[in-house]
Amino acid sequence: MIEVLLPFALLIILAIIVVGLLPLQNLLAVVALLGAYSFIMATLLVALDAPDVGMTEAAVGAGISTVLLLAALKRVGSEESRGRRLDPSALLLSAVTGVILLYGTSGLPEFGDPHGAIHNHVAPYYIEKTPEEIGVPNVITAVLASYRGFDTLGETTVIFTAGLSVIMLLRLSVRRRVDAARDGAQADDASAPPEDQ
Amino acid sequence: MNGGPPIPRVIARILIPPMLLYALYVQFHGEYGPGGGFQAGAIAASAIILYGLVFGVSHAQRAVPPAVVIAGMPLGVLIYAGVGIATLALGDNYLAYGALNPDNPPGGQHLGIMLVELGVLVTVFSTMLTIFYAFTEGED
Repeated sequence: MIEVLLPFALLIILAIIVVGLLPLQNLLAVVALLGAYSFIMATLLVALDAPDVGMTEAAVGAGISTVLLLAALKRVGSEESRGRRLDPSALLLSAVTGVILLYGTSGLPEFGDPHGAIHNHVAPYYIEKTPEEIGVPNVITAVLASYRGFDTLGETTVIFTAGLSVIMLLRLSVRRRVDAARDGAQADDASAPPEDQ
Repeated sequence: MNGGPPIPRVIARILIPPMLLYALYVQFHGEYGPGGGFQAGAIAASAIILYGLVFGVSHAQRAVPPAVVIAGMPLGVLIYAGVGIATLALGDNYLAYGALNPDNPPGGQHLGIMLVELGVLVTVFSTMLTIFYAFTEGED
């Protein structure tokens, strides 16, 4: 009974958090609520027997993302700009998208249905063959690192690319600011022209 | 950075060593329990980020220098891709770890999975910290 009730209770909390996010103008509060959202989501994933994903969600979603968003807020300020009005076309678009998504979920198999498509493609092979072919007890590790090793290599490259992009975007702008400050200082030394002030 | 409330500093001092230990457990126990390189890297990076938040980013950068994490990002991908090159050189398909130990293919799989998970750990840990350092640059 608790296995059924717990996910529903967590989903309701998630919905409450999302609705609570909507009217907020203070981005600090938004970041705090998003962290709470991620943490509830991590709990939900553990309750649904996906501890691997739950662990990632807790560490990345609730932990690191929150820190990065806070660091970003420290740079750009934590109040949302005023004068925002409700745009009816945006509301309509959101509502239509929501209805389409809800309609789409009606075509999904029941949760945990053993006849669902995902349980009858390659999954039985992986579960059956992992002990003899790979020899590790955790089938998820065997799938991620061996059977789907190319995918995981791609994922690792994506993470590397993300880090590279951040360096290119942020480090460069910081260096330019440092250069500009140094140029300004040099100009000051040589009794700066008035337009530099 | 000796000012500020003492509670976060005491809690961080108690929490950070077990966090790092837990990351190692998740890494090396990934074949038996939940977790693997990605999770371990994220948890280890969280521990260092917590250290940076509480004691100052410059302290975190002294423990894990920015040059190390920037070098670590491509290093992890190279470890992973290098395992594939090694299996190619041993005459099998790319990332077919069985070739690493032809007499005992599951043993080769074991070794290959351990190595690629190490690559994932290095890249994830380094990337998370690189982004954190980039975001907090010029503060402290």
